[in-house]
Amino acid sequence: MRAAKPPVIQIRRVTKSYGHGDAVVHALRGPMTGGGEPLGVDLDVAEGDYVAVMGSSGSGKSTLMNILGCLDVPTSGRYLLDGTDVGHLDEGQLSLVRNRKIGFVFQSFNLVPRTTALAQVELPLAYAGVRAAERRRRATAALGLVGLADRAGHKPNQLSGGQQQRVAVARALVTAPAMLLADEPTGNLDSHSTEEVLGIIDGLNARGRTVVVITHEDEVALHAKRVIRLVDGAIVSDVRQAPVDGPPPALAAAAGVVA
Amino acid sequence: MLRFAVAGLAANKVRSALTMLGVLIGVASVILLLAVGNGSSVAVKDSITSLGTNALTVSSSASRGSVTAAKKLTVEDAKALATATDTPSVKSVAPVVTTSGTALYGNISYQPGQIVGTYPAYFETSNLKVGKGDYFSADDVLNSRKVAVLGSTTATELFATEDPVGKKITIGGTPFTVVGVLKTKGSTGFNDPDDVVIAPLPTVQNAFTGFGSVNQILVQASSAEATTEAQSDITRILMGTHAIKDATKVDFRISNQTSLLSARESTDRTFTVLLGAVAAISLLVGGIGITNIMLVTVAERTREIGIRKALGAPRAVILGQFLAESTLLSVIGAGLGVLVGIAGSHFPVVGIKPVVIPESVLGAFGIAVAIGLFFGSYPANRAAALRPIDALRHE
Repeated sequence: MRAAKPPVIQIRRVTKSYGHGDAVVHALRGPMTGGGEPLGVDLDVAEGDYVAVMGSSGSGKSTLMNILGCLDVPTSGRYLLDGTDVGHLDEGQLSLVRNRKIGFVFQSFNLVPRTTALAQVELPLAYAGVRAAERRRRATAALGLVGLADRAGHKPNQLSGGQQQRVAVARALVTAPAMLLADEPTGNLDSHSTEEVLGIIDGLNARGRTVVVITHEDEVALHAKRVIRLVDGAIVSDVRQAPVDGPPPALAAAAGVVA
Repeated sequence: MLRFAVAGLAANKVRSALTMLGVLIGVASVILLLAVGNGSSVAVKDSITSLGTNALTVSSSASRGSVTAAKKLTVEDAKALATATDTPSVKSVAPVVTTSGTALYGNISYQPGQIVGTYPAYFETSNLKVGKGDYFSADDVLNSRKVAVLGSTTATELFATEDPVGKKITIGGTPFTVVGVLKTKGSTGFNDPDDVVIAPLPTVQNAFTGFGSVNQILVQASSAEATTEAQSDITRILMGTHAIKDATKVDFRISNQTSLLSARESTDRTFTVLLGAVAAISLLVGGIGITNIMLVTVAERTREIGIRKALGAPRAVILGQFLAESTLLSVIGAGLGVLVGIAGSHFPVVGIKPVVIPESVLGAFGIAVAIGLFFGSYPANRAAALRPIDALRHE
């Protein structure tokens, strides 16, 4: 039944290059033709999947993340997000897409300074034009989901790193986006906070949210149902660790231990 | 949005306060300097009305290019002006002789600024009002009675607190009976108009100047509008009595108090415009201060802008946020500037009592707010145009 649905992400022959002429650098190129022309990257991500994109720095994973997040536009190729071709959208429409379809979680948390946790989570809703009362209700619920209902009035400098990242997760999911896009979400966290944040993301995926995590940590990749490795702007391996329909492997393992 | 703007300004209190100070000084100086300029021209206007707006002064002058000495003005000239039937523009005529001398009362001796011999019409034309006693009459003039009306300064000097009316004073050996004291007119410039003794023309001529020429003929036009017509009538009649054919070779000069003062008024206006321009420049500098600070703020908050954009903030929201901030800066700065300007205008500046022009308050406020919008729009646009990916990468 789920297989009948179109994938959340459909990338076709996408390349991204910087510079011109001899100085051109292909950050994202995919396999090369015999003549050395990049063919571009193809990638489909199904609804409910949990994908980890891995690679060392310079492998093009950040570029891929920026393109997936509609923060950057590909040099060539097509990108369909939730059925919409985002290649032809203007700046205003792109901000609408980011607002409605994508929830971002960044390595450096990227909370708005001097703003309470509740207001942070309300921000995307405010940009979406949701009314104040509804905004408050949904933001409170999202904070509850990440276990920070009691920290609603705290500002970023009053929260620990793990708590800040959980606020960021709440902010990412409050608009019920088509995809949660996390860029090294645990890169700045200690192991305890890492487990906390990954646990929350696992829980979200278990409830059907599509998740794409960019990471270079194997422990993080273990949580994903599917692991994609990038080297020099091309996908070199694509391993499925768990079925799209099932729970994420970490939760499944935990359930197995309990059972 | 306003709440965000307030929070943004509060995040950097000293910086915001200094920026506001720039606008404050600009607005306050516009209001204050224009008020000073206006105060000075209001003072001039007041002195115009106190001088009598309809007065024309005819005085003798050496005609340029003429070998012959100028013919002096005489009582006959005045009579010719007074008796001319076809000059409805001329209301009254008063020949004036002025001299100086020492006045004695008992053992008090005082030298008044001016001793004036004239006709009763002089009082009305010069806008002099009697405070105590009465003016001297036409009858006093006809009979050359030795009566005098004193200016308030002269009266105070000679009589102190005594009532001068009916007392006898001696001027240059001639005894005069004081019949009246003028109301204080107040100084309008360098000389004190209240420091005078005014007596009938023939009396003064008899005692001091002799029955030759007069210094001036003071003519009152029938209305302020008729002064120009009166001026040409006077020229025509006096050219007749002085037997002058060429209008360019007249040997007298007609000056109009109003025109003298309006010349001064236009100088004042230039002065006001200059002051206003200086103030406007300081307002502009305040505006540039806003731009500068907003640019710094944008640079500082680039990352925050990136986050907001990643969360889907439309361009207009970012633009609005920074515009609201810069406008808030200028509105608060301008508001305080208005208060300071109005408060400051209660104190005299270099002897001029400033008079606030209400339009300048509204204008300065409005311009300051517009400056906030205008100078804020550049940094705000820069913020709004940032690509989210660049903004997020910014450290």
